[in-house]
Amino acid sequence: MGSFAAGGRTASAADSLLNKKAPPFTRTDLNGKALDLASLRGKVVLLDFWATWCAPCQAEMPRFAAWQRQYGPQGLQVIGISMDDEPAPARMLVAKLKLNYPVAMGDEKLGELYGGVLGLPLIYLIDRDGTVRAQFQGETDPKTIETQLKALLAQP
Amino acid sequence: MRFGLAWRMATIAALAGLLAARTPIYAQFGAPSPQSAFSIPTDQQLQPQELNRLLRAQGANKPLVLQVGSRVLFAQAHIAGSEYAGAGSQAAGLKQLQDRVAPLPRKSFIVLYCGCCPWNRCPNLGPAFNLLRQMGFTRVKALYLANNLGTDWVEKGYPVESGR
Repeated sequence: MGSFAAGGRTASAADSLLNKKAPPFTRTDLNGKALDLASLRGKVVLLDFWATWCAPCQAEMPRFAAWQRQYGPQGLQVIGISMDDEPAPARMLVAKLKLNYPVAMGDEKLGELYGGVLGLPLIYLIDRDGTVRAQFQGETDPKTIETQLKALLAQP
Repeated sequence: MRFGLAWRMATIAALAGLLAARTPIYAQFGAPSPQSAFSIPTDQQLQPQELNRLLRAQGANKPLVLQVGSRVLFAQAHIAGSEYAGAGSQAAGLKQLQDRVAPLPRKSFIVLYCGCCPWNRCPNLGPAFNLLRQMGFTRVKALYLANNLGTDWVEKGYPVESGR
């Protein structure tokens, strides 16, 4: 069991991702397709860490699916990362909500790559160049996220 | 009479405005679930600074600290010395918790925590807390983490460990 000094490991570490390249990762999504963040360069990525037991996460996901439909033609790609312990409940919820974007399972390694995912929901906005431009943790007014999302989509 | 009505309407409008201004962000996501940590009485809650003090104090009054949320989040960071005891929102998790505490004296000092999401939204603490009370444990506290473990424990500089 590794231990580490506390103090700013989570939010400040996550904040330190701002204006830096998003940590690359590859996963296999729940449909068995390869998911490679690097391959999405040129798109604006909304990276959503969520879990089935997280009520605010569930409230946001249908909205993200709507944004994928609305803004997908402008270059938005939503990615969901489930932090559930097992894939079964995530699969059920993805099917129930009819999500139209790829969802993969996360783990502690991916969480630590993104500064420590120690509370949900956690959302990153990544610009077309692969740079993290915004981070939202906890219950966030969707208008705030959408405003920044639209600003990133407006950039070439 | 007319003045009285106008005054009452103005008062109601002012109160409505005050309430709107104080409406928490979670209001737009709906009311907290009855099963959420919201159901745990205030006098059964423990503040993070108090738990930190207890853990650092010399003596035998240290509580058994159990995380009853996500194992993935536990693996990333958990309160130093705490154990993973199963997700309180799931039957299998409650069974794990029950098995862990069953041999303990009912006067054992136990602190439960989760920190997966904002306090009013946590689905794990309420059921876990209720289970221990139903089992007869009389010294059970729920650690009040208003936002999540990262914000309310790790960032405060309190001791943490990682790993499963």
